[in-house]
Amino acid sequence: MTDKFVLKAFIAVLLMAAVTYVPRVLPLAVFRREIKSKYIKTFLKYIPYSVLGALTFPDIIYSTGNFKTAVCGTAAALFLAYREKSLVVVALGAIVVVFLAGL
Amino acid sequence: MGKYISKREKFFWGLKKGMPIAFGYIPVSFTFGLMAVNGGLPVWLAIFISLSNLTSAGQFGGTNLIIAGAGYLEIVLTVFVINIRYMMMSLSLSQKVEPNTTLLQRLIFGFGITDETFVVASMEPGKVGFHYMLGLITGPIAGWTVGTAAGAVVSTFLPEALSSAMGIALYAMFIAIIVPPSKKSIPVFMIVIISIAINLILKYIPLFSFISDGFRVIVATILGAGIGAALWPIEEAGTD
Repeated sequence: MTDKFVLKAFIAVLLMAAVTYVPRVLPLAVFRREIKSKYIKTFLKYIPYSVLGALTFPDIIYSTGNFKTAVCGTAAALFLAYREKSLVVVALGAIVVVFLAGL
Repeated sequence: MGKYISKREKFFWGLKKGMPIAFGYIPVSFTFGLMAVNGGLPVWLAIFISLSNLTSAGQFGGTNLIIAGAGYLEIVLTVFVINIRYMMMSLSLSQKVEPNTTLLQRLIFGFGITDETFVVASMEPGKVGFHYMLGLITGPIAGWTVGTAAGAVVSTFLPEALSSAMGIALYAMFIAIIVPPSKKSIPVFMIVIISIAINLILKYIPLFSFISDGFRVIVATILGAGIGAALWPIEEAGTD
């Protein structure tokens, strides 16, 4: 771990922070009008659901590096979430099931 | 959020709504701290990455590239593509925040928009204001940073089985957020299914293999919400 490597890494991290911050605030800061189109308003209200669906499946299946344990963990998360358990309980429950399935 | 509620109460309401996210972030950021330090980064830099980036996929991807010795351009482009989805969330939130929210306030709480804080804020009835948003992002920022610090410090002492099990935590949180509203609303359930179906097609059909993971999620999100909005328009969308 040389100083040169750390300096380069630090600069890269600052650049990463910039290309993470700008997409987050740009529309929020620039776009201040209320949208009139019913279609676009509905579209924007459905974004939270479509984005989480797309982020979760199928990627969750690869999240533990083992197909079998990931499927067990996914099933546990779905079951606990269906019972409307809190985020923490669902996350910890899935971790415990993956861990046990991997033993 | 009625006007009769004080700023202080709004902040604490947001703080309360953010605490489950904060705790859910700990195993994920712990894994990140572990990975970054095992990859050769100093502890302080691992913590600084989480504090300055506050994102999961983007910083995991970017940090892996740093460790692999990639160039600035490749790192920046990869992270940017992964984070384009935040523009859709930010646009969606622009219609959700109280219109009198100042530019400075938007620039401040915008830093804390993550997949989870965005969805939790979106599910609040009515508009959300600056103080609520500030409260909402405080816990997750702390949880993400503290978890990273813990993972970075203990780095080598964790058994492999446990660290790989923690990889599922982030996705389990997504499921915890998405399932309850999907039970209560058929359009929401259908939109989740449609976006997953499109995501599967883009990932597994070789014709679409040129699409990167970041763009795949964006296309599935836009098509899922776009098809949903055409099939199930919200009549009272203007009044909340």
